[in-house]
Amino acid sequence: MPVSEPISGKKIWQLRSRNQTLTRWFATFAAVSIFMWCWKQISDVTTWFFVWDAPRIAADIGGRAMPPRWSYISELWEPIWDTFNMATLGTIFALIMAVPIAFLAARNTTPSTLFVRPIALLIIVSTRSINSLIWALLLVAIIGPGVAAGLMAISIRSIGFCAKLLYEAIEEIDTSQVEAITATGASRWQVMVYGIVPQIMPAFAGISVFRWDINIRESTVLGLVGAGGIGLQLQSSLNTLAWPQVTLILLVILVAVIAGEWISAKVRGAII
Amino acid sequence: MSSALESRIGSPWRKPNFIHSPVLRWGLLAITLVYLFFAFNSIDVNWTRVSEGLVRGWKFVKAFASPDFVSRGTDIYDGMVESIIMAVTSTVVGIIISIPIGLGAARNIAPLPVYLICRGIIALSRALNEIIVAILMVAIFGFGPLAGFITLSFATIGFLAKLLAENIEDMDKVQAEAVKSTGASWLQWVNYGVQPQVIPRLIGLSIYRLDINFRESAVLGLVGAGGIGATLNTSFDRYEYDTTAAILLIIIAVVMALEYLSGIIRAKVQ
Repeated sequence: MPVSEPISGKKIWQLRSRNQTLTRWFATFAAVSIFMWCWKQISDVTTWFFVWDAPRIAADIGGRAMPPRWSYISELWEPIWDTFNMATLGTIFALIMAVPIAFLAARNTTPSTLFVRPIALLIIVSTRSINSLIWALLLVAIIGPGVAAGLMAISIRSIGFCAKLLYEAIEEIDTSQVEAITATGASRWQVMVYGIVPQIMPAFAGISVFRWDINIRESTVLGLVGAGGIGLQLQSSLNTLAWPQVTLILLVILVAVIAGEWISAKVRGAII
Repeated sequence: MSSALESRIGSPWRKPNFIHSPVLRWGLLAITLVYLFFAFNSIDVNWTRVSEGLVRGWKFVKAFASPDFVSRGTDIYDGMVESIIMAVTSTVVGIIISIPIGLGAARNIAPLPVYLICRGIIALSRALNEIIVAILMVAIFGFGPLAGFITLSFATIGFLAKLLAENIEDMDKVQAEAVKSTGASWLQWVNYGVQPQVIPRLIGLSIYRLDINFRESAVLGLVGAGGIGATLNTSFDRYEYDTTAAILLIIIAVVMALEYLSGIIRAKVQ
């Protein structure tokens, strides 16, 4: 126990020894210095006049944006349908591709730990690291603007996410069930279907609904780079400074996101 | 009972269906098929455009074999540093703000009005996509990393405060009660009864959020909120695919490094 002995000779209990205190102090000092340095970098490139002016600008935009232009909703039904499709079909495609990758990446089902597993992990990491908006940017340039690009962006981005969570679920399965199936003389595929799949089914359903919920959120903004959906309307309204329309679109997005979250919570509650 | 058994004898075992009611099972399948039909029909793909684009796509894929880190080196470096700075500062500020909000959003330690207000803040922050917030912040605060910093801090609050609140709601009551029974004030109770239980997970989540913030900061540049995204967008618009490939590779490398680091730190803390 760390104890300090002042000159009086009486032992006093301390929470930490001297070295621990010093280490902590230096760590805190380093963290604060890094933060202050980072903050200075931001501060240096900021035009502070605009920041001090911000409340007035915000009030000005707020004044222009109210009330929302409700009649604009008639033009929004189709983009909403597109957005919903991008999220749903994107999730379905992503799951179709994520399942085999997850089985190749899981330590207990991969055919080869040395060759196949690293490749599967590389696919998972690279698709996960790049935001769906960047994927959309690339795909719009490659296959042209439209819902198809957004759909592909959503599905590519979701592969890594779904595959990662799925392969972790596969690695955590109960091995005794797999052994029981193997003991009956089942082939590799039969073990997969009767021993592993039933165990990961709840996780799979949970992951797909969870990702669908996230994809609803992400597909609302893909239109900003030309990949279809309601973001396209948002972009054109912003470009023409039609703030009442922007307010309505933001409200629609908010409702869509909350509805998506509600549905996914209900479905997950029903499954698990 | 016995007749049911009789009829089963001799017939091989069949896997039970996932959904028992046949009406519901076929109904759901039919609805799904009808939806898929309409959804696919509403996507119109311009195949001539796709075949033209595939050439460009292949060029882009080839660029990954020879990424060009050098010719736009300083731009990439500046953008990356700005992204990292934004990620670090917004994570720190986000954590500092999300702790009181997380405490307020935990039903077992906060009174109802505080709980509702804090849950409202969390819901708002989670519902608004980072890019949308960034657009508004750029409109209000002007171009630059400050808008990105505010956006990411706001997003961090929703994420961390929600998980922190759930964590506090799931905590072990015994320890907290023991501290309370010594006559501790509310602040002492939170500090000695609640904080030690949630801090390991909070540290893990904060590092995870740093990782997310870095990834997000890479796209905020698309709407003018600073970071590597602006460089990425420019290189893409100028068809400098080798530079784009270099930037994407750096992003992947940094995210991998952060993930590895967060794995080590989380294993150490927990």
